[in-house]
Amino acid sequence: MSTAQVSAARVGLVSCTTCRLLSRPADRAKPGYCPRCGTALVWRRRHSVQYTWALIVAAAICYIPANVLPVLRTTALGSTESDTIIGGVIFLYASGSWPLALIVLVASVMIPLGKILALGYLLVTVQRGSVENSHDRTRIYELVEFIGRWSMLDVFVDAFVVALVQLQPLMSVEPGLGVVFFMVVVVLTMLAAQSFDPRLIWDAASERQLHHG
Amino acid sequence: METIACPDCDLLQRIPPLPLGGKARCGRCSKTLATRRSDTLDRTLALTIAAAIALIVANTMPLMGLSAVGRESSTTIIGGAHEMWLQGSQITAVIVAFCAVIAPAGHVLFLLTVLLAIRRPPAPRWVGELLRLAHFMEPWSMTEVMMLGILVALFKIAQLATVLPGIGMYAAGLFVVLVAAILVSFDPHEVWQRVAWADGESPPTLSDTASDPAGAR
Repeated sequence: MSTAQVSAARVGLVSCTTCRLLSRPADRAKPGYCPRCGTALVWRRRHSVQYTWALIVAAAICYIPANVLPVLRTTALGSTESDTIIGGVIFLYASGSWPLALIVLVASVMIPLGKILALGYLLVTVQRGSVENSHDRTRIYELVEFIGRWSMLDVFVDAFVVALVQLQPLMSVEPGLGVVFFMVVVVLTMLAAQSFDPRLIWDAASERQLHHG
Repeated sequence: METIACPDCDLLQRIPPLPLGGKARCGRCSKTLATRRSDTLDRTLALTIAAAIALIVANTMPLMGLSAVGRESSTTIIGGAHEMWLQGSQITAVIVAFCAVIAPAGHVLFLLTVLLAIRRPPAPRWVGELLRLAHFMEPWSMTEVMMLGILVALFKIAQLATVLPGIGMYAAGLFVVLVAAILVSFDPHEVWQRVAWADGESPPTLSDTASDPAGAR
């Protein structure tokens, strides 16, 4: 691309986050509403960096009880057994199904942790005004946004095990406190991905181009 | 020619008229900005009607049954959430119900209403509102994650009891495939061009403001 690359915000245009219409607000401080769909216009998502930090820190804290506390409590013939998420993975592996064990391990342990680390990395680079790897960082953001929902897997597993195994007085399964924390982690990381504004990744590059180009 | 800013990097660029099956990517960050498919609205409407029917069946018929030493139990999708509620994990029950039932139903029903309403343009303003709600529901609609969760759950239980898949299971599987097809075929910008503007009239487009063409492929 030979022509200069101009971001919309630089020339006073704001793109509607809902319908993508470009508008030119008369007052830069108060962009107002999209004339087509009525969505409130913003140059960048409001307090994007602070909100995203708050959400991933909260998610990181909840990640610990989510993995330590039991997610399922099985009562069979009078004896009770507790299972954590890792316990469930080991159970699947031990009963000969390593593909399912791997899926649950990736979805429940690696994806939430990976999301927290990836968003942390994006936030740090944005705050330091980094202009490197903007392309890769955008890809990372897209991946985080796309893959996040899959970590809800274990919550569904637990819900349907609980729903089906209710054969009182023979055997029953109850949800543990771990599942609540785990679900909170998933919801918080999904909200964090939604509150991060990927355009911030490129703002530093646009800034530099303005001064040196 | 439409001028837009890339939603991922805010680069201002023009989208040239695309050939059928064509795709335009952002010249800076390579995000897909526009695609053109044949009769996107009619095709999506057909898929959405089919998905709505599959969803009703998936939620009313039993998902699976289980029998162990002469005792039987069965569950529906909402039954999974209901049992969580009864067992004292209310927050989990609400989120499971939202991601497995409410969000998928909302997504498909809002989309269905939008697609029916824009058959006679210009569609009233509330159509835009509904489309926004459908977009909001989309990431929380987790039917495919739920299906994989059921698979894992079945494997865990299979050692204890005999599990029989019900009609609801097949309908849910069909729903997952249909939603994937809807996401591929639907082009929301076709809808926005047919919706009445919030401020009453449609001013001319901003086609004269940008200088940077998108790389069309």
